[in-house]
Amino acid sequence: MNQLDAWDNVALGYIIVIGLLIAYAAWVLVRGRRLSKQVPAKDRRWM
Amino acid sequence: MTQTLGDEGVATGDAAPAEAIAPGSTASRGTRVVGLLALAAWGLLLLYGLVISPNDVLQEESVRLFYIHVPGATVGMLAFAFTAFGSAMYLWRRTAFWDLAAGASAEIGVVFLTLGLIAGGLWGEPTWGEYWVWDARGTSSALAVVLYLGYLAVRRIPSAPEVRRKRSAIAGLIVFIDVPIVHFSVEWWNTVHQPATISRLDPTIEGLMLFAYFLGMVAFSLTYWWLVIHRFRVGWLQEQVDERSLSDAIDLRRAESDGSSTEVTS
Repeated sequence: MNQLDAWDNVALGYIIVIGLLIAYAAWVLVRGRRLSKQVPAKDRRWM
Repeated sequence: MTQTLGDEGVATGDAAPAEAIAPGSTASRGTRVVGLLALAAWGLLLLYGLVISPNDVLQEESVRLFYIHVPGATVGMLAFAFTAFGSAMYLWRRTAFWDLAAGASAEIGVVFLTLGLIAGGLWGEPTWGEYWVWDARGTSSALAVVLYLGYLAVRRIPSAPEVRRKRSAIAGLIVFIDVPIVHFSVEWWNTVHQPATISRLDPTIEGLMLFAYFLGMVAFSLTYWWLVIHRFRVGWLQEQVDERSLSDAIDLRRAESDGSSTEVTS
């Protein structure tokens, strides 16, 4: 692998961290939305 | 929060009508507020971490990875501590709330610590000349990821809810043993990681760098709380769906059984 210069590493680090956080958050939200449709309103009380 | 899951894992309390809280999603007014605060913190982190804060004398630009590497790993470890707390609370109170909270926190902890390790590798390459070195802190942190993946796997072993929750709570306490090892690893062994930089009375980082690090901690902490609430609710909904599926299957089986016995008697 070629040596990346420091700014490449910084940019890659921020892109990976923010990108994976967005992907994980989207997965959680979509899953919640899908499950929420399968549960009647009276049972959708959690707190 | 106006409701809590009671001893039988059933929502109780003086809540507003359910539709007002959960209109087809896991969002609520509280999560929206926390989410907006997290976005603002990330905006400030990008501004201070990448633009305003100066380069380090020795590490130059790569010091900017410090502002996501350390907060990601630290908040990941705190998430594991919350999992241990939730596990202990479950064994004491036996409520579904603590079981679900422990599981949600562990999953997010794995994500955060993995991100911390990735950012650390990218920081290590220009700083140490290697993306990965088998030093005590890195290795014990990677071990924590593996242990908590195991914990999450244990949570998915099919069994009766009470058995699964108790097993998960015990596992959640056992795997926590690695967390203090990670914390003290830089003192117990010779490692390429430096000893405590921030968590001391006279931090060896100062000025705008310290502020950028602080913004990183705020951004990751707010993101953790936003995610853990959503993930907790997803877990709660999943339990509702599973219970409903089981109940439907039992009803169907009973109906089939009743039908066949009616045929026999007639």
